[in-house]
Amino acid sequence: MRNDLVLRVIAKLLIPFILLFALYVQFHGELGPGGGFQAGVIAAAAIVLHVLIFGLDATRRIVPERLVETMLAAGVLIYAGVGVAGLLLGGNFLDYFVLSGDRVYGQLRGIFWVEVGVAVTVSGVMLKIFYMFAARGHDDGEDA
Amino acid sequence: MNLAAHLPAHLPALQVVLPLLAAPLAVLLRSGNAAFVLVTAVAWAAFAVSLGLWQQTGAGAVISYAIGSWPAPWGIELRVDRLSAFVLVLVSGMAAIVLPYCRQSIEREIPKEQHYLFYAMFALCLTGLLGITITGDAFNVFVFLEVSSLSTYVLIALGRDRRALMAAYQYLIMGTIGATFIVIGVGLLYLSTGTLNLADIGARLPQVSGSRPVLAALAFLTVGICLKLALFPLHQWLPSAYTYAPSAVSAFLAATATKVSVYVLLRFYFSVFGESLLFDRLPLPEIMLLLSLAAMFIASALAIFQDDLKRIFAYSSVAQIGYITLGLSFGSESGLTATVVHLFNHGLTKGALFMLAGILVIVAGGTSLSRLSGIGKAMPLASFGIVLGGLSLIGVPGTVGFVSKWYLVLAALEQGQWWLVMAIVASSLLAVVYVWRFVEIAWFREPRADLPKDRRIPLSLQIPAGLLVAATVYFGLDTSFTVGSAAAAAEQLLGMNQ
Repeated sequence: MRNDLVLRVIAKLLIPFILLFALYVQFHGELGPGGGFQAGVIAAAAIVLHVLIFGLDATRRIVPERLVETMLAAGVLIYAGVGVAGLLLGGNFLDYFVLSGDRVYGQLRGIFWVEVGVAVTVSGVMLKIFYMFAARGHDDGEDA
Repeated sequence: MNLAAHLPAHLPALQVVLPLLAAPLAVLLRSGNAAFVLVTAVAWAAFAVSLGLWQQTGAGAVISYAIGSWPAPWGIELRVDRLSAFVLVLVSGMAAIVLPYCRQSIEREIPKEQHYLFYAMFALCLTGLLGITITGDAFNVFVFLEVSSLSTYVLIALGRDRRALMAAYQYLIMGTIGATFIVIGVGLLYLSTGTLNLADIGARLPQVSGSRPVLAALAFLTVGICLKLALFPLHQWLPSAYTYAPSAVSAFLAATATKVSVYVLLRFYFSVFGESLLFDRLPLPEIMLLLSLAAMFIASALAIFQDDLKRIFAYSSVAQIGYITLGLSFGSESGLTATVVHLFNHGLTKGALFMLAGILVIVAGGTSLSRLSGIGKAMPLASFGIVLGGLSLIGVPGTVGFVSKWYLVLAALEQGQWWLVMAIVASSLLAVVYVWRFVEIAWFREPRADLPKDRRIPLSLQIPAGLLVAATVYFGLDTSFTVGSAAAAAEQLLGMNQ
């Protein structure tokens, strides 16, 4: 499959648009259908497509395992960090009202960062699961 | 903003947030030692927070904390009363004691590159258990239950025996069925009352009480929660899970996981459904009484025939849960006091026993009884600790087990049920048999020839285990903290719907 010209070209064409669509779903989440979870899955799907066409080793050079593992922890930290920021600014845990001088804008800012955290963790977990399945047999096969 | 001055008001949030933050940080650190220091520090901080909460609720005050400043019943509420504060102290206290033990223990049982993940899972498990106890929101209970359960499955699967995988898988299937039942029950309650806040559901239920969806909700919640707390016929997952999990995990889970489930049951029964529905209109007390007696006798009898020390303790856990639910089945204040006291006392005892079993593993290489012959001569201190813990399981005066059984007997006498007192004593005799089996094998047989000459046990294993054994004796003599807290919690729990 790696030598199939059509698949390679189409994949290269599609992957940027899939990522762009993920960003759209991410930032349009509070106004329409979507949000961090969906965006995270879509972004991970772009990487999965890359693995399917170009192989696991090529993708691992772009998105290393280490980055994936960092992502799945960092997202939770971002989410919880928003909550702690609310605490430090004098509100309750996860209080978005105090995140900005304007209460409504504070809500927007809070949900924005929470959704960022969700997206980072979800795509991290998706990729981690996919890498673990894809590496089975693949890494052993190379050794043999 | 002066955070220090506001700290007491934010203790409920910190109780959950501290371990929650520790889990991803442990993953980012990528080093077993750094993760160990971080998670241990956080567990001790959580213990301090829980003591603070216990002190704040001492006068009978109920602390309510609105997450995101959205007031209850619309927002998610953290709610601490005497019962939840008492359970929080048990859970975070056990975590604080077990974690120092973890380091040397998992060094021998888990591959080094997985250590930081172990601590991350431990922190998540602690987050879930504390979250279940502190939240005042029915759906939140389910979410935290899943957080603690999923991390528990991983922790059990880390056991070095290959059968640990099978045990974790079995627990995963049973636990998921339990969680599904719980979420169906919560959904039916939401359908009937239009709210998810536990106190709010409790206030609205009398209007729809006795309707079919409410009864169905009660049935689903009872079965789901009883699966998680391993009430007798639903206990199948427990023995293997506790036997094959790493020693530190067995100790922590045996002391906390089923106890938190008992807390959830008490919370739903007495704060949500109310005694009048449960005890006057349904045959629930009779069912609970029957299942408790079955657990006390059948599980104790099964424990006698096991050939692995950890498995004996696991079956004994099922039996001891029978005593806990027996107190609940009376529906009286003294019965609930016995339940809550035994929750704490059995947590201490089983934590100590599984930690000591973990120490025996290091020298004997396993916990099957054939490997342990003569271990009492080789390791007198650890074996003596196990006997002390065993005495507590039997209920010998001077140990915490006696305190629990004493209050259980008082509650039974209050109901005028003499035959139950006989049953409690008779089932304790079964405990004598399985504890004696260990004594006989440990002291009256010759030590195995292949025991290693170097039997030094690291202090970080001896001290936490010793502390817990000392606690089982201390709280058996000075009951002001345990019985005082439990009686106050029972009083508050029964007073809620009046």
